[in-house]
Amino acid sequence: MQEGFVVQMEKINKRFPGVNALEDVDLNVKYGETLALMGENGAGKSTLMKVLTGLYKADSGKLVIDGNVVTDYSINRAIESGISMIYQELSPVKNLTVAENIFLGREPFKVKNILLDYNKLFQNTEQLLKKLNINEVSAADSMMNLTVAKMQMVEIAKAVSYNSKVIIMDEPTSSISEEECNKLFNIINDLKEKHNISFIFISHKLDEVYKIADRIVVLRDGKSIGTWNINELSQNDLIKYMVGREITQLYPKQDAEIGDIKLSVKNLNVKGLLKNISFDLHQGEILGFSGLIGAGRTELAETLFGLHKIDSGTIQIDGKDVIIKTPKDALKQGIAYLTEDRRSTGCFLNQNIRENLMAPNWKMSKKGGKIDYGTVSKLCGSAVKDFAIKTPSLNTLIESLSGGNQQKVLVARWLMGLPSIIIVDEPTRGIDVGSKSEIHRLFSQLAQQGHSIIMISSELPEVMGMSDRIAIMHEGTITGILDRHEADQETILSYASGLLNQYE
Amino acid sequence: MEKTEKTSKSGISFLKKLNQKAGIIVILLIMCIILSIVTNNFLTSRNLINILRQISFYCIIGLGSMMVIVTCGIDMSPGSIVGVISVVTALNGVTGKGNVFLWFVLAIVVGAIFGAANGILVAYPGLPAFIVTLGTQIIGRGIALLITDGHPITGLNENLLFLGAGKVGPIPMPVIIMAILCLITWYVLRYTSFGRYIYAIGSNEQAAKISGINTKLVKMFVYVYAGILASIAGMVLTGRVASGQPALGEGYEVYSIAGAVIGGAALSGGVGTVYGVVVGSLVIGVLNNGMDLLGVSSYWQKIAQGSIIILAVLFDYLRKRNKQ
Repeated sequence: MQEGFVVQMEKINKRFPGVNALEDVDLNVKYGETLALMGENGAGKSTLMKVLTGLYKADSGKLVIDGNVVTDYSINRAIESGISMIYQELSPVKNLTVAENIFLGREPFKVKNILLDYNKLFQNTEQLLKKLNINEVSAADSMMNLTVAKMQMVEIAKAVSYNSKVIIMDEPTSSISEEECNKLFNIINDLKEKHNISFIFISHKLDEVYKIADRIVVLRDGKSIGTWNINELSQNDLIKYMVGREITQLYPKQDAEIGDIKLSVKNLNVKGLLKNISFDLHQGEILGFSGLIGAGRTELAETLFGLHKIDSGTIQIDGKDVIIKTPKDALKQGIAYLTEDRRSTGCFLNQNIRENLMAPNWKMSKKGGKIDYGTVSKLCGSAVKDFAIKTPSLNTLIESLSGGNQQKVLVARWLMGLPSIIIVDEPTRGIDVGSKSEIHRLFSQLAQQGHSIIMISSELPEVMGMSDRIAIMHEGTITGILDRHEADQETILSYASGLLNQYE
Repeated sequence: MEKTEKTSKSGISFLKKLNQKAGIIVILLIMCIILSIVTNNFLTSRNLINILRQISFYCIIGLGSMMVIVTCGIDMSPGSIVGVISVVTALNGVTGKGNVFLWFVLAIVVGAIFGAANGILVAYPGLPAFIVTLGTQIIGRGIALLITDGHPITGLNENLLFLGAGKVGPIPMPVIIMAILCLITWYVLRYTSFGRYIYAIGSNEQAAKISGINTKLVKMFVYVYAGILASIAGMVLTGRVASGQPALGEGYEVYSIAGAVIGGAALSGGVGTVYGVVVGSLVIGVLNNGMDLLGVSSYWQKIAQGSIIILAVLFDYLRKRNKQ
């Protein structure tokens, strides 16, 4: 194992108009280590990594890679120096195959630049995937049909194929189940020990960080707070350093009065997606939905929200049959849906915060048939305050907000219409500990106030901590519904992989 | 404490908005300054009113183009709508039934149908807007020629003539109509749900759908609106040239789209303002007027017009890049 530091960042400064993103930040990465980069949303983690990958030019500071002081840094120099990054928000080329995505720009040619060698391309890709033990995707799969988790795996394969010395992973496990996460960690440890590759791991999932990291560095408000060996820092202390205050409970699900059946789904069938789905949702209840990737949870949510055609089955709200054919129907019935992928189906990226908050809510602001901007300001102002959304103004474009703040805007958007049934799909994916706790507390409050919540989550601690009951899906059907007290990780996993089934 | 925060926040956002739009108006002002130095009749009230009248037609159509562009679409057909409307409304003189109000309503209906044809094809099966509206453009021109067998129609009703060539005080009717339509469009965009939905759809259609917006219906109606605006422009223009011309409006889509884009409408959708359309149309109008005053040959004028369009979009791109 090589000694010393593969990357040394010293006193990095980066300013944007109106904000000091990074102030004298230090970061060191040893050869063959996994360094966890921790901090709340807006702490500067993404910015720091963008400096390391050459996307941003630091205003001042020193960068040393592999013992060489770096001057004239750029994206290409970064790649040449062995730095690569897997982003939190994936952007694959959807029209192309897995192989073409991995080797984009580096395809093997029979005649250079003129005749692509497709056989070699697919062969190389298959070899790479085999080496990393990735069985879920094959070289010829179209990127368009892949789930988020599978796209992540392709990204990892791509980064490894660049013979990187340092691979930065930004929230890589946000939407990967625990089983796939363990696989991923095996791959990382493998690459670390056998190939001396280092990893910078950015994640808000503390359990995973403690599983995989060797050292932890904490940023807060653009400054480096400190670096610790993993065994020298307790989770509580880590959180304290990250937020600067104590967080008493991560999953504060308080007991709420569970009332009558609010939503009743019977024998719901959607061709190719859902088979015989039946469950009840009570008032004041949080019903968690667990399952592996591809189990059909998002498809169920989409169906309840009018995005898929129902072949057979009934949906009842308050005991009455309802027909939901479009999102508008669902909204009228008091159902709100916070989608899984905020970038592609949630945010209006080139619009400001006001537009993003108001998109389904304009009717609420109308006085005398026309939109009243005074009411709009009030509604948006309350939303920003209630959800502690960090933004200089309502006119700020949402794409300049951090991921966690964007998510808060979306949560605020959907709650503004005071829905009685709230479906949330991976609500705290890629969100810092502080905001996560806030959002969980919020859902807890909503349940206490009588709202009914369906919470889809791949984070077992979250599902187990927040749900009153947990429904587990497997390949388009529900295999079991467990009470909070009888659920443990192994049981849930058994139902999720189809080993157990209450209905067979 | 809250009050000063509010005023300073709105002050900041006002300045930001000004900066966003400042780019194009700076070009316009520079052009005006140069022209008033180089010629001695640019800055006369007569000339300025002329400019306003000339751009009024592009501007009216441009409002529709802008809205279509905001939804991430494009409309190549308004010029042909002008032609069809021109011959249809000119028939009032021929048939002797000179009730302008009736013909006005008829023009709007025809424009709306045209727009609906565009809108239905673009919104429901999701056919590419460029191709669809190119097709309707050519079909429309054919229809206009068919109606009159290629001949112009003269003998228009005097009310129609007033609409195009009349004045209220020193201000020509087309300018007044342009101003009214600008106000209506501004109101629709700002104060109606329909207006807000257009920006959402252009920014992220799937997210708009999930927000409960009937994206297909809204998209269709945007083309209908554009069709109606084109038909109004067609009526007024017909009054101005005092005859129904099947070839009227040929090439107008270029100016209307250019005006919208110069004024800041993004072809990628979700961005566009009435103010921008007006400024963009003025840029084109001042350019044309200046070249006329300077006696530039019409062939060179074409080169200049195309270059200004490219420069405006380049300027906009540079401004966006500096923001990041």
